[in-house]
Amino acid sequence: MKLTVWTYEGPPHVGAMRIATAMEDLHYVLHAPQGDTYADLLFTMIERRDRRPPVTYTTFQARDLGTDTAELFKIAAQEAYDRYKPTAMLVGASCTAELIQDDPGGLATTLGLPCPVLPLELPSYQKKENWGASETFYRLVRGLCGAGAPAPGAEKAERAPGRPRCNVLGAAALGFRHRDDVKEITGLLNRMGIDVAVCAPLGATPADVSRLGEADFNVVLYPEIADQAARWLEKAFGQPYTKTIPIGVGATRDFVAEVAAIADVDPAAGLDERDLRLPWWSRSVDSNYLTGKRVFIFGDATHAMAAARIAVEEMGFDLVGLGAYNREFARGVRETAERYGVEPLITDDYLEVEAAIEAARPELVLGTQMERHISKRLSVSCAVISAPVHVEDFPARYAPQMGFEGANVIFDTWVHPLVMGLEEHLLGMFREDFEFSDEAGPSHLGSHGGHATPEPGQTAQADAADDADDAPIWSEDALAELKKIPFFVRGKARRNTEKHAAEQGVAQISVDTLYDAKAQYAR
Amino acid sequence: MTSTPALVTPDSGCAPDVLRERGQREVFCGLTGIVWLHRKIQDAFFLIVGSRTCAHLMQSAAGVMIFAEPRFATAIIEERDLAGMADANEELDRVAAQVLARRPDIKTLFLVGSCPSEVIKLDLSRAAARLDAATDGVRVLSYSGSGIETTFTEGEDTCLEALVAELPEAPSEEASLLVVGALADVVEDQFMRLFDALGIGPVHFLPARTSDTLPAVGPGTRYLLAQPFLARTGAALEGRGATRISAPFPLGANGTEAWLRAAADMWGVDADLFETVIAAPRARARKALGRHHEALSGRSVFFFPDSQLEIPLARFLHEELGARLIEVGTPYLHRTHLDCELPRLPADVQLSEGQHVDRQLDRCRAARPDLTVCGLGLANPLEAEGLSTKWAIELVFTPIQGFEQAGDLAELFTRPLRRRDLLRVG
Repeated sequence: MKLTVWTYEGPPHVGAMRIATAMEDLHYVLHAPQGDTYADLLFTMIERRDRRPPVTYTTFQARDLGTDTAELFKIAAQEAYDRYKPTAMLVGASCTAELIQDDPGGLATTLGLPCPVLPLELPSYQKKENWGASETFYRLVRGLCGAGAPAPGAEKAERAPGRPRCNVLGAAALGFRHRDDVKEITGLLNRMGIDVAVCAPLGATPADVSRLGEADFNVVLYPEIADQAARWLEKAFGQPYTKTIPIGVGATRDFVAEVAAIADVDPAAGLDERDLRLPWWSRSVDSNYLTGKRVFIFGDATHAMAAARIAVEEMGFDLVGLGAYNREFARGVRETAERYGVEPLITDDYLEVEAAIEAARPELVLGTQMERHISKRLSVSCAVISAPVHVEDFPARYAPQMGFEGANVIFDTWVHPLVMGLEEHLLGMFREDFEFSDEAGPSHLGSHGGHATPEPGQTAQADAADDADDAPIWSEDALAELKKIPFFVRGKARRNTEKHAAEQGVAQISVDTLYDAKAQYAR
Repeated sequence: MTSTPALVTPDSGCAPDVLRERGQREVFCGLTGIVWLHRKIQDAFFLIVGSRTCAHLMQSAAGVMIFAEPRFATAIIEERDLAGMADANEELDRVAAQVLARRPDIKTLFLVGSCPSEVIKLDLSRAAARLDAATDGVRVLSYSGSGIETTFTEGEDTCLEALVAELPEAPSEEASLLVVGALADVVEDQFMRLFDALGIGPVHFLPARTSDTLPAVGPGTRYLLAQPFLARTGAALEGRGATRISAPFPLGANGTEAWLRAAADMWGVDADLFETVIAAPRARARKALGRHHEALSGRSVFFFPDSQLEIPLARFLHEELGARLIEVGTPYLHRTHLDCELPRLPADVQLSEGQHVDRQLDRCRAARPDLTVCGLGLANPLEAEGLSTKWAIELVFTPIQGFEQAGDLAELFTRPLRRRDLLRVG
């Protein structure tokens, strides 16, 4: 058993729902107890979808366990087919139904439904949401286009004349900005003279999925969901697929180069950067204050790795932590962490992430909704870069993460929670002004930017733990002086002073120790 | 595992007919009750013994994340627990110790059963007894919040049922009043002031806000239900000798008056005193309701089953706001506890118990009600079809009982209608 306060991922059947809900004309019959229907609200409330997810649940109860839950499943599957007339069906079990072993796949077969029925085996006690989404998409792709695959060893057919064609794979329901990423990347591909044959699962029908093999290559946007399917398509149809995730300026340029090489087209059209603003915004003098801001990054592997590259190479931040919750993709995160000289944090334990953030004392956290929660508690600025998502991660406006417009959006999103350049200086100079106090937080954020940076001596429990016996003690004067330092650098000043004091063997920190440390650590 | 008590008695002649359905039930499981119970009982911790699905439900149902460390968590059962590689009871002891070490302020630990823990027959009541004996200063109890045993608010019922067993024996047969069912603290304080003014007492509330203030119970105890979903708790209290005061539920001006009157009658409160005490708050409630009467009068309302609050709420809408009831669905219809509610419903209302959500949606679409009260999974899809909706869950998470909240309660129903009239975007 594992103690869990919050979870980064739902169970694997929720991953399957994300695939089914993204698609059209597909229905998922889920053997599940009463209560598992809560998952519908993820889609209707968080994502504001205007239709119920295409999912029928058996919602069995205790009294059914003694009788015939299998019969209940057959009734539900037959009724779902009769009512919704899908062109393909998924059948499977949630965690509780897995324990009663009714075999939804076998039961559905006995019904002889007049559409393809794909059984899903999603081990709920081992696997999680992303794995469930990936497995479901893979089963769908394999089940629906397997029959059209050329025989092993057959010559690959000549490419049809005309513009190259690709599929865009991985966008799903409840994904972080998937809707807008698909639009942005489709536009980019079109400008390069490439047509998108099928986008799947988002917006695809089972019929669309069955002709995935017809395209020349695949663009994988979210490896967490589409990597497995893309690998199979490569094997079955000889379709190469892209490995670069176009999040950030550098990555988008690399992506264009990769696509141009695969599709044998001129990359120039893809590198039209007239609307790209991040590089100049980042070089302009106002952005000087971004230099060396301490940033902690945590999310799914794909978004976390992309964010690390942007943070270091495109924003000039100081990366102080990098991690991901999906162990399946940990390798890339470890490599990225090594490249940027930080320890990788691979965990799905929210408490461990919280402790790591607290220890790293970042000025900005780029994370998921969980890290937003942690940052609020620790009074650190935060921007969301990855699922798990909340309703505010589905903005009304166009806000991709991918491509050049995505880079523009990211610049704005990450800078927004921070105190602006000159404001930072004024706050530092005139701290005694009763109306212009840093206690109010960044002026453009209203009360949401408010904070209560833990002070020495009044810190949270976790702090008390690291204040070992040999930690230096702060004198009254030094404490008062520390409070004159603006809140957004106070943590750093405190940490540097304590480190300096420890190194110098100073037992009690005086005002002088504070300024000695400042001189020591001045950049 | 406890079995579901038979809650349904045969239809009596006077009440409306009840449509009983079986099919997909679009309702929460009893674990969801933890969302309010963990805030209500300030020194309790709720440890769900379940799956990743349970943990995911809790953070999704909580809607917005709770920006304080929650006093609930899930011990997620893993493959090695199922395969017998780990002893489930040892694992549970380890996780419980972890919780208590992290939260030394906790005085009551609830082990909450889930669908998977019940299917694998993990005996949480034995585990609770073992842990209770092994830990000083912490009471360890267990109850089921599983979807196979409980629907949404029934999770509070099973939780309170577990607490009833812990209540001390009342030392004498002196009459005392026990108000049963979680209420917002502000509502509880208002009721307490009214009971004081009426000379009714001693009065206690279940659940109490802290573990060291558990009320005593005995043959002198008269209990008054503040919530309509407490079948098991009521039975457990009667097992301890307590007697139920039959009353409607304290929703709306009339409902609150009748609820207080039931207690006042039991205590033999003088009619003039009763009138003096409630006149002012009742007048405020009626005035507040008056502002909403026009918006709801003659409007048709359709309730999907959710919290078992549906029948008292429908009575309130019908009686005090003139709404027209089409269908009132409830997960379970507890005729005894609703004995003062059912006769007040109009004869032409369709009551339904249980659910076949697709068929119920068909009926709802055919009726095109002015307002549909439904769960979060259905609200936006129905809005997209042009039907105004009210999320049922808000009626559970908002203080709605009592005179001072009557206007707020009405407002919850009129806001969607007002908003529909306001918006000029199609």
